[in-house]
Amino acid sequence: MTNVTSIEGVSRRETDRVRRAAIALIAGMLAALLAGCGASSKGPPTLSWYVFPEPSGSFATAAKNCSAASGGKYRININLLSTASDQQRVSLVRRLAAKDSSIDILAMDVDWTAEFATAKWIRPWSGPLKAQVTNGLLAGPIATATWQGQLFAAPINSNTQLLWYRKDLVPNPPRTWDQMITDAIALAKQGKPHYIEEQGSQYEGLVVWFNSLVDSAGGQIVTGNNQVVLGPSAKTAASIMQRLATSVAADPSLNTDQEDQARTGFEAGKAAFEINYPFVWPAAAKAGIQGKMGYALFPTVTPGSAPRVSIGGYNLAVSSYSKHPQLAFQAIACLTQATNQVRDAIKGGLAPVTASIYDQPSIAKQYPFHALLKTQIEHYGIRPKTAAYADVSLAIQKALSPTSSIRPGTVVSTLRGEIKKALSSGALI
Amino acid sequence: MSAVTPSEQPVAAARAPAQHLTERARGERRLAALLVGPAAIVMIAVTAYPIIDAVILSLQRSDLRFPGATKFIGLANYGHVLSAPAWWQDVLHTVIITVITVAIQFVLGMLLALAMHRTVFARGALRAIALVPYGIVAVVAAYSWQYAFALNSGWIPKLLGLTGDPLSHQFGTYVAIIITEVWKNTPFMALLLLAGLALVPDELHEAAKVDGATTWQRFTRITVPLMKPAILVALLFRTLDAFRIFDTIYIFNQGAQGTESISMLNYSTLLNRLNLGLGSAVSVLLFLLVALIAFVFIKGFGAGAAPGGAK
Repeated sequence: MTNVTSIEGVSRRETDRVRRAAIALIAGMLAALLAGCGASSKGPPTLSWYVFPEPSGSFATAAKNCSAASGGKYRININLLSTASDQQRVSLVRRLAAKDSSIDILAMDVDWTAEFATAKWIRPWSGPLKAQVTNGLLAGPIATATWQGQLFAAPINSNTQLLWYRKDLVPNPPRTWDQMITDAIALAKQGKPHYIEEQGSQYEGLVVWFNSLVDSAGGQIVTGNNQVVLGPSAKTAASIMQRLATSVAADPSLNTDQEDQARTGFEAGKAAFEINYPFVWPAAAKAGIQGKMGYALFPTVTPGSAPRVSIGGYNLAVSSYSKHPQLAFQAIACLTQATNQVRDAIKGGLAPVTASIYDQPSIAKQYPFHALLKTQIEHYGIRPKTAAYADVSLAIQKALSPTSSIRPGTVVSTLRGEIKKALSSGALI
Repeated sequence: MSAVTPSEQPVAAARAPAQHLTERARGERRLAALLVGPAAIVMIAVTAYPIIDAVILSLQRSDLRFPGATKFIGLANYGHVLSAPAWWQDVLHTVIITVITVAIQFVLGMLLALAMHRTVFARGALRAIALVPYGIVAVVAAYSWQYAFALNSGWIPKLLGLTGDPLSHQFGTYVAIIITEVWKNTPFMALLLLAGLALVPDELHEAAKVDGATTWQRFTRITVPLMKPAILVALLFRTLDAFRIFDTIYIFNQGAQGTESISMLNYSTLLNRLNLGLGSAVSVLLFLLVALIAFVFIKGFGAGAAPGGAK
């Protein structure tokens, strides 16, 4: 009789061989796994900086320079988020809500500060580093990084919209919205390019437009303690949007236009006016129309008053779950210093947050409109600061979109109801 | 002996050897349980746990931005959802898109299946070409059609001589979304219907032709009734998928212009607003609606019944 044991037809010697081979294979895989897990990186601790992909590489240079300047204390590693602000927020909040310790430094859009601070996802600043990152800063960026009296982030760049117009069609740029719409209608009657390029899609840019108009009209949407204070200024703002959307000055794709579509619409030559961020200036040079392009302050609502434009930009914060918070604070102080801001401005087109930089000759050459930027960022408008900002923004977007369907008589009460629901964060929007 | 009736005798006889086999049968069943067990446990964990978790979350006020404020509130979230105009509007949008896309896909899919079935040349090539739209990644397809419809970059406004932007209006956006969905999913429907077509015997058609039936009569009296199980399965799958539409609408305009679907509302509430309680309530309601559709098809229309007309 052959040595037949448990498995029929296979000898014991063969089962032993198979068994040994299997054990060796599993042991080898386990060893490889454990080796991978157990490997600890030697050298300075790595700080993970979660930021949007900055196309010119200026942020990457800043990270490299600051790592070198730290003298071996830390190394900054960039992790890329999406280009769209909404997507960046979705990626970040998921991790922060799960108390992920792999995020050290995060680049926050200016309207997330209240939400992230209330949820205790970011750490407040104090001491000499706080003084360093706020020294000489324009008022707007500091306001966006502050919540309930504490500084929660260090501003790295700002942004604001200007009025761009065709110098050959418009001798004097309009000072108010009503004037601009009237001018556009007049140009249309003459058969000339007459569109006003704005961002009317159902997204955050629509809230920026509405909020800029409300602030410029002297009003507010939500106060510091979550009171909805929409008044006549909101009705004026909504009426202006509706007037533009229903006039011949409206681009046919206004309901789907975001910043880039507005830019290409202006570059295509069908528009006489454009409200957009300064990134359109170098792009216009590429498109060959920079010579015909003039710039002016954002149009105001009340004649004679100064506009208040909702500023954008990014602030850098330290995650509450970071393993190296003190090093992260120091790294941010380096990333936001003036030399880095200058390079970000010149190479990356990101408006600086330190006031004195605007007067430097290199900046003045690149941005002939630098004085306008500085004025608007200093005399700023700001979107509602509330922990439920995402809800409030969604409510405003849905209530005002499409802009051609706005009913000026009832829009304020509709908005009030929707924003109240959003602030309670218990209702479906 | 007197107590055992003739009908009980075979049962008793069967039971005797069954008692005998039970030892081994029990052993085999235990082995089967051990072998299938891990896979079953993993499957239950992966599918049942999130569902139960969602139901539990939907009974709480839970918001990731206010972690300390979580508390049990019973069915209040469902009250919020079912009394919100946003919910009913989105249900309407979803139902409209589902009904229209599935209807068009059914007609076109049937035509395509008939063509694939009857073609005499290049069978393989024709079937491969017909499947290409289904093989393209959903996001890529949605972007392509969005660019095709956009006023400045697209060929459709030029072709139709449109001056306005179709995507800036509700009707135009619906048309664009429906066309994209139909283009993408008709091949799948055609494939399922082709499988059903193959079951219809040719002899019936020949016999009907001899009897003088027209093509339409042969189609409606022979093909469709015999294909009924395949048709119902195809419609069931497509309806379930179409009801949960998300990708196309998200890529086109994130639900603007009045095109938001229930899945988009779910995503917006859960991932954008981080409102776990409310979002889970929407998830559970969506789950119940989808289950209702499946129930209607299976019990009402008899999808999944054995071929031969057994209801």
